[in-house]
Amino acid sequence: MTVIKLSEPVEDIVVNLLRLANTKLPADVGWALEAAAGWETNEVAYTQLGAIMENVKKAEHMGLPMCQDTGIPVFYVRGRFDSSIAKGIAAGVAKATKVIPLRPNTVDPITRENHGDNLGQGMPIIHYIPTDDDFTEITVLPKGAGSENMTRLAMLNPADGIEGVKRFVVDSVLDAGGRPCPPSIVGVGIGGTSDRCVEMAKEALLQPLDDENPNPVLRKMEEDLFVSLNGSGLGPMGLGGATTVLGVRIAKCSCHTASLPVAVNIGCWATRRATARITAEGVEYAQGVRL
Amino acid sequence: MRNLKTPLSEEDVRSLKLGETVYLSGPIITGRDEMHIRALEYAEQGKDVPDCLNNAVVFHCGPIMRRREDGGWSVVAAGPTTSARMNRLEPEMIPTFNIRAIIGKGGMSRETADAMRDYGCVYLAATGGAAISLAEGLDRCVGCEWEDLGMAEAMWKFESNRLGPLIVAIDANGESLYDRVNASLVRDA
Repeated sequence: MTVIKLSEPVEDIVVNLLRLANTKLPADVGWALEAAAGWETNEVAYTQLGAIMENVKKAEHMGLPMCQDTGIPVFYVRGRFDSSIAKGIAAGVAKATKVIPLRPNTVDPITRENHGDNLGQGMPIIHYIPTDDDFTEITVLPKGAGSENMTRLAMLNPADGIEGVKRFVVDSVLDAGGRPCPPSIVGVGIGGTSDRCVEMAKEALLQPLDDENPNPVLRKMEEDLFVSLNGSGLGPMGLGGATTVLGVRIAKCSCHTASLPVAVNIGCWATRRATARITAEGVEYAQGVRL
Repeated sequence: MRNLKTPLSEEDVRSLKLGETVYLSGPIITGRDEMHIRALEYAEQGKDVPDCLNNAVVFHCGPIMRRREDGGWSVVAAGPTTSARMNRLEPEMIPTFNIRAIIGKGGMSRETADAMRDYGCVYLAATGGAAISLAEGLDRCVGCEWEDLGMAEAMWKFESNRLGPLIVAIDANGESLYDRVNASLVRDA
């Protein structure tokens, strides 16, 4: 397999990706917020949505991170690449931390020591998906702790079925309350093994909200959960209202005949994402992808 | 909607109504897990703590700060962090330092709400993630204590100017908007 000769250094592309993701809310998320402000009648909820939209505009205009929790950047590399790409991504993260700037969030889990560059043992987190395509694609999902800390996995019994899955998703989102900064985007993984299931739940957050789920059963579940959760009354920031989620995105894969794994990974209203597709000719940027 | 000047008096705080929108101007400090842990540790050992802690308005926030050429600090982004992490610490912080208001997101425990009722303190909900607007409201950084805790955990001191909108989400009677919302949640799957 030939490796594509990249048109720009990976380090610089990663800085561009982190800047785009942190300063500009994906268009689909912005549209969902505007739609919510249109139907929201609760006064406190309307104040929250207004404050969010004003903040998004300012951040984009000023070229500054929309949220101070610039998160742990999770990377997905797809297409053709070699192992050197990890070095370029790490260099890009350290540089972006200085120049954008990003908050230094990465610490040792035991000593809590912070090196100030968002690097450290096992960081940055990179998922690799090699394909025979004639491009290298790098996606980043900066994940803040408020939403990430609400992640849940359940190994349900197959007999629990779709109803059991929906019950678990609703309880996970409502138990999280205002902590993950709703209105949120709910990523759901169904199937696989425990580890794969949690990965899928996060990957689901990368899909744009206006990109229809190709599977009709999953599409119906997404719609049902969207209606249930927005009818819950939790509202923006958990202060009450009709806007608890901006969307529900579900991914599935096969699993053991005795298992029904379900994972929920919540994205805050500031679900930030950016993708660079790199070919020999140049780099194209986007803000959502179906892996 | 109310505009209030900090430091807040007990009377100011007790006059605030649940669900009311507030903007604050004047001294405000930031504090997260590590700041709370150290403050209580020092108080217990009889060690000095920075003066700004007394009668403070504490913002649960780990801002992004930038060092200016003149050596001072500018605030880049400053939204609230999840207050529930401080649930274990706040019932002791409130009476120890006469904390009059806590700004954060996501709400706090019954024990914290009870301490607010007993000692005269309120919980003000800031819009999570609205970090640029709130940084504008924090306006001017006037110093930093316990910088060794790191940028996110240090105690940053601000002279705020119309910080908000903030929603009174736990009032000084210990009434909580979050409890009300939770009590009426519809859990249909």
